[in-house]
This record gives sequence, C-alpha cells and structure tokens, in this order.
Amino acid sequence: MAGKIHVQTKINDEDVEFLCEPRDTLLDVLRDNLGLTGTKEGCSNGNCGACTVILDGRAVDSCLVLGVEADAQEITTIEGIATPDGLHPLQQKFLEHAALQCGICTPGFIVAAKALLDREPNPSEDRIRLWLAGNLCRCTGYDKIVKAVMDVAGTLKE
Amino acid sequence: MATKTEDYLGITDYKVIGTRPIRHDGVDKVTGRAVYGADVQMAGLLHGRILRSPHAHARIKSIDTSKAEALAGVKAVATAADIPMPEDKVEDLGEGAANLRHLRANVLADDKVLYHGHAIAGVAATNPNIAEAALALIKVEYEVLKPMLDVREAMAEDAPLLLENLTTQSGGEDTGKKSNIATHFQHKLGDLEAGFAAADVIVEREFNTGTVHQGYIEPQNATALWNPDGRLTVWCSTQGSFTVRDQMAQLLQLSVLNVRVIPTEIGGGFGGKIRVYLEPVAAILSKKTGHPVKMVMNRTEVLQATGPTPGSYIKIKIGATKQGKLVAAEAYLAYESGGYPGGWADPAAMCIVSPYDIENVTIDGYNVLVNKPQTMAYRAPGATNAAFASETVIDEICEQLKMDPLEFRLKNSAKEGTRRADGPVYPRIGHEECLKAAQSHPHYSAPLEGPNTGRGVASGFWFNVGLKSSATASVNTDGTVTLVEGSTDIGGTRTSLAMQLAEVLGISAEDVKPTVADTDGVGETDVTGGSRVTFATGWAVYKAAEDIKSQMIDRAAKHWEIPEKEVVFEDGNFRTKSDSSKSLTFKEMAGNLNATGGPVIGRGTVDPPGVGGAFAIMIVDVEVDPDTGKVQILRATMIQDAGKAVHPSYVEGQMQGGAAQGIGWGLNEEYFYTKDGHLANSSLLDYRMPTSLDLPMIDTVIVEVPNPGHPFGVRGVGEVPIVPPPAALANAIYRAVGVRMDVLPMSPGNILKAMWAKDGPGASKD
Repeated sequence: MAGKIHVQTKINDEDVEFLCEPRDTLLDVLRDNLGLTGTKEGCSNGNCGACTVILDGRAVDSCLVLGVEADAQEITTIEGIATPDGLHPLQQKFLEHAALQCGICTPGFIVAAKALLDREPNPSEDRIRLWLAGNLCRCTGYDKIVKAVMDVAGTLKE
Repeated sequence: MATKTEDYLGITDYKVIGTRPIRHDGVDKVTGRAVYGADVQMAGLLHGRILRSPHAHARIKSIDTSKAEALAGVKAVATAADIPMPEDKVEDLGEGAANLRHLRANVLADDKVLYHGHAIAGVAATNPNIAEAALALIKVEYEVLKPMLDVREAMAEDAPLLLENLTTQSGGEDTGKKSNIATHFQHKLGDLEAGFAAADVIVEREFNTGTVHQGYIEPQNATALWNPDGRLTVWCSTQGSFTVRDQMAQLLQLSVLNVRVIPTEIGGGFGGKIRVYLEPVAAILSKKTGHPVKMVMNRTEVLQATGPTPGSYIKIKIGATKQGKLVAAEAYLAYESGGYPGGWADPAAMCIVSPYDIENVTIDGYNVLVNKPQTMAYRAPGATNAAFASETVIDEICEQLKMDPLEFRLKNSAKEGTRRADGPVYPRIGHEECLKAAQSHPHYSAPLEGPNTGRGVASGFWFNVGLKSSATASVNTDGTVTLVEGSTDIGGTRTSLAMQLAEVLGISAEDVKPTVADTDGVGETDVTGGSRVTFATGWAVYKAAEDIKSQMIDRAAKHWEIPEKEVVFEDGNFRTKSDSSKSLTFKEMAGNLNATGGPVIGRGTVDPPGVGGAFAIMIVDVEVDPDTGKVQILRATMIQDAGKAVHPSYVEGQMQGGAAQGIGWGLNEEYFYTKDGHLANSSLLDYRMPTSLDLPMIDTVIVEVPNPGHPFGVRGVGEVPIVPPPAALANAIYRAVGVRMDVLPMSPGNILKAMWAKDGPGASKD
C-alpha cells in the first residue's frame, strides 16, 4: 500500500496541510481527516450533490475529487460560508423561506447556489433550476429552495 | 367557522399558530453544524461493512469467515449465528407487527438469502477500506434458487416458495396452506351485485405499478457502543428512537433499560427509516471488540437492501348511474411484501375508494412474498398505487358521463357520517372543501393551449395515525420554556411543537427551546410517521402546557395569597377574578416561581384517538412529446386540508415535497430487476428522482377544516400529498395524447408503447 501523501491547500481562507492516501476522496479528507462534516455524503458517485464544495471558483462534487488534487487549490465548504458578522444571505433566505426540511442536502445547495451567485449575481428561475439540477432534494420539491435563491438574487417577484 | 367539539377548542384568534417563525434548528442546518448519523465520531472508533448476497434467492450452504478474520486490521466478524434465535412470535415494535425471526433473518441472513443485497455478515476493522477488503475474503457457498419477482407469478399454485413453512393467513385465520401469499383479507360494504346492477356505466381496468424507493438523501447509518457493564448505546438516523430501542432489546435479548438510543439528526426517512438494518450488527461487532463500531451504507446498499415500497397489481371495477352517482366498487389488490411478510395492501384498502360515499364495495387484498427487499412504508404507504387505479377509472367514468371531474367528485364525496369500506365512519372531514377550493382555483379555469397538452385532476386520502407521544417542559425563571420531546425532527416539527406550547402559554415561539431527547430523556414516543408528530406529539405538548398553566395558577394564587379558584389565565396573563389591578404576564409570573415553591415542570403523554383523516387534490397540466413520450409538467397545484396549519410554510413544504415524490413515482422511478433478480439500477443516476429542472413551482392551497379530535384542529399533513399525483398525471396525459395509462411509471418508453398500441408505431410523426 502506498504511503500517505502530503497536501498543502487553503480551505475557507485558512492554510491547511493534511496527509491522505492516494485513494481518499476530497470528501473523505474533509469529513474524516479534517472534521469538516458539514459536507455530506449521499451517494459517493456524483449524482446527489450533497458533497458540493467550491474548488477554485467551481462547484464540484467533492466525492469525485481526490484529496491529493486539492494541493495548491482553494476550497470553500459550508463551514466557510457564514462570517463572524452573521449568516450569508443565502443561509438567511433558506431559513426565511423554509427552504429546508430534513436539512441533509442543504449545505450542498447553499454552496452550489453561492458558486452560481459569485458568477452571476441575478440569475433567473430557469437559470437557477438548471444550475441546481446536480443537487438532489427529496423533501421540498425545490420550490422554496429556488425561491430562496431568487430572493437573494433579486429576481423573486411577489 | 367550525364549532367547538369535545377536543377542538374553536379558537379563532391565534397568536402563534398560523405564523411562520424561523425553525429552531435552522442555523445548525444551514451552517453544516447539525450532527447527522454519519458525522458521529468517538475515540477508538472501528468501522464496519456488510457482506451482501449476489443472488436474489439462494440457500446458504456454508459461510467461512476465517480468512477475513485473519486480515490485519480486522477486529471482528459477525454472522447470523451471533444473534440469539428468538421465539417464533409476532411482536408489535412500534411500526406494525413483525415476526422476530424474520426481523433477525433480515438483519443477517440465516439459511436463505431472499433478495439481491441481503446482508450475510458484518466486519469491523480499523478503517473502512480494510473492512471492505475483508468482505472479499468471506467464502459463502450458495445453492441458487429461482427468484420470484412478480406478485402474480409468486401467487401461482406451483410457484417456488421463499419461506418454505409460511402459510397464508386469511381474515386473521391460518389457512394452513403453504404459499407465497402471506396474508389475504376482505372488506365488504353493502351488496356489490345489486350495486353493479343499478349502474349505467361500469369501467373495469387492470394496473401494474413498479417498486419504488423512498429516496432519502442520507444513507442508513449506525454507531454502537456495547459497554462491559452490559449497557448498549446506539447513535443512528431513525424515524423512531423507541422502536429502535425495542427492536434492539428483542433481537439482542436485552432489557430496554440496557439499550439507549440517541437519535441524531435524520436526513429524510419517508417511512424507510423505522426498521433496523445496521444497528444490531454494529452492536454485536462492538460487543466482540470492546470498541464503538460505526457503519454507514453506501447508496447501492440503500437501494438494494433497505425497504423500497411495494410494486403492485391492482384490478378495479367501478359503477355509476347516468345521473352521476357512484353505486359500486370492487377492488383486488396484490402488493409485494418483499422477502418477508408485510402488509401494505392493508392501508391501500383503507384508502382506495375512500374519498367517496359508495354504498356497495368489496375489496380483496393480498400481501405476497417476492425476491425483493422487505417492503417498507413510503409516505401514505399503499395509497398512491391504489389511487392511481381508482382515480384514473373515475376519470374514465366522468368522461363517459360527460361530467366535470371535480363536479362528479363533489357529487360523490365522502363527508361526516360516511362509512368507509373498511369500517370506520368519518368524523368531520374536508374533502368537499378541497374540491370546492380546486373548482374555484384560477388554475382549473386557466386556458391550456397547444397540441399534446392536457390537464388532469385527482383526489387522495390518507387516514393518518395517532399513537403514543410524550413531552415535558420546564419553565425558566425568565419566562422562557425548555421543551423536551421524543419525535425525531425530519421536517421542522421542533418548531410546530414549540408553537403549540407557546400558544397555550401566551409566549412567543422563540421563547420556547425544543429539544429531541434520546430514549433515556423522555417518555415513550412512537415513530415520526403516519403524519402524526404535529398532531399527536402536539397533543402531548398541549397537555404539558396545560399542566404548566394549572401549576402556575396555583403559584399565582400563592403569590397573591388568594384561593386558586380566584385566579384565571387569559390572553397570556394571570389575573384575579375580583381585583382587576392584579395582573401578571406569564414571564412576570415565571420570575416568581422560586419564591412560591421552586421550579415548575409540565408533562403530557397521549395515545390520542381523535385522528383526523386528510385529503389532497392535485391539478396538473402536462405536455407530452409525441416523438419521445417524455412528459413535461407545465403547471401544478396542490390543495389539501390541514385541519389547522400550525406553521404554514412547513405545511406547504410537505405538500410540495409530497407532490414532487408523487411526480417522480408517476413519471420516472422504478426498480429494474434482471430476470435472475439482480437490481440493475442501484445508483441515483439510474434510479432517477426529480431534479429542480424537472419541476415547476408547485402552487399550494391550504384548506382548514378543523379536526374535531385535536385542541387546535390539527390534522396530519405529511403523507397525503404523494397520493394524487400519479393519477392526476395519468388523467392529464390522457387529455394530452389520448392514451389511458395502466402502468407506473409513465416513463417515456411506457407512454410511447401505449401510443403505438393505439395508433401504430410512428403514427405521431404524421
């Protein structure tokens, strides 16, 4: 078995070093090595989006990225979305719109929606639905999630 | 509007109920801090994996675990031999009755495997990769048998038997006949023959529906620690900590006192997280190793081996007079129970024609073993398949009679006093109000243009359940209240419960801090299921609040040094009857508790009888692509009687979520088994659930016909919205492209098949 590999990366604006096996996914590393369990595992093969993180500006399924690929990259996880001043507007609007029920998919949706709004501040409903189609939610029917994102984007009409 | 009944208080000026506060556990869930089962970490933790059967039906001839045990890093291996053999008896474990031997054999297979993915052995190792590697070293010899995958084949006289000693129970009596039919029952109302003789229109159809999964995003997980003092602690994602406790105690032959179940946050359940799978294996591995053992399923295991909900064969015949009165209905329901006996045809029969007042009804139900995982509840279990059959046949009758489908349903609607075919007489229900709300909704009269488009409607019924709940509440001296209850919170119920407490005590929802306790921290509480939490645990919380209120009245009397009967609590204030200058708010009075005798704790326990049944209606517009058979949903509206919507946002959320699941069931989702019984689509790529791109916004109308059996008129709201969508979609598809669908899912392939059967292949191209 190969030895562990040393990886230097930046997670949520902090420099982070870790050792991982070549086979470990970024999801494994975040959850098991670094204790960042806000990133969730729903399928391990890129179909549910519960493990979405932002890797160098792109929303990715961290179950489809190897830990070693994080070297010299910048990663944002759900733990890095709020600031000491309070919740991110997406987090606040998810609460106000009741856009979560069981909450297991919520971190992935918030991270994916942030990646969208970082690129396109005012997406339409159709654009949001397309962007979030890689994140499965089984509780809400997406209605309130899409509305919460539209509210932050300023595209929600009463 | 509604009058006060024995239980319903008839309050019209709610202060808290009906508002939309932010849920108490919300911040934890939007920041990733909430702890779900897979997030549990502790010192010395070992990781467990399960060896699963590659065969759908086989006899296990031998299991050799020696090579796995010898692998470096492997700490223990468990097989069925490690679980004590219980008595051959049926126990009610808070989720419906189960034979303990079947429960045991489903956790780890004994002499036979009965479905692809059936658990055979568990391995605990220092990391999950070693545990996984060890599974490949376990040698199992099988004698492969022919699988039974279709209910009607499995019911045949000469069908190979899954459980060789199983005999059919009919009407509660043992027939002594060996068969894959576990149970048969019949409900009869009136005179079926006379009913059909009076009918001018009779429609009879057969339906087949696929096996579908609940599809919660969080896989099953369990962490167990069996201490040397004999005490077992289990952390897991479950709909009911007490049923897990009881299942563990029965399977491992422990006193319930020695089993503590700590429910973590739960990432969805929908009926699929009631039965134990991993928990007993993790416990045995912990006992063998002296370490805590954590087990988490992957998605393939979830789809292969946890309860899907049954596919079914349904035959239904309904008759009506030319004046549009339903006069007779006959239904035959055969539901998959999977590898072990189960009973989802039973609730199906309670719902199939229950939105209507029909005098003559006969329903026969069969629960049939097939080589699939033991089927489990899924949101109004049984009722969605059943409504697909009954509500499309009723649509066909409306068409033949040239009557509006909502008008026809209104004319025949069940109401207070109507007797259901399975026996109960309805108390006040809201089906008529829902139908009227649907009729007057702008969606129903909006123009629908373009080729290949159609609008459909359907009704759905679910009876809901009561069951046991417990709550305690402690008054803090600043007037806030700490609420402890036992219902795991899957959809915001901490808040819907806190709101009911706040309503009684005249404080705000934010002044209540709700906590879901473990099995050592609260009285017995049944599962978060049956749409029961806001209703039944709400009842317990209401009682706890009333208990606080009466104790605080005593304290106010002490404070004012007057007799208790002189004190009243109204509009959130303690007052005296004689002196209008004496008045204390709840918060002010809380500040006087320590000076008047010390802390006040309220308690409430219930097993409430006054369950209010729920009705939902869907109006849906579709466009069908005649070249591909793909259905696009153009517009969807859900109308539902909530009794009283405690937190309307979360009621809407249930309606929208139920609709989305019903749409997935209706259009896409199904288990594909190969002919040798392998599940061919055990990933979320191939078991395709609706995405945000597949759905429009789902409009909601909450109707409020108070349930006479609850102080605030609450009915369960969680389950019924999944019931109407497949039927409403089928009715819309018929209007769009002229085919009556008799199969679920109505996938592109199945729709094309139906269109080609009607018009010939490629006919739509012309």
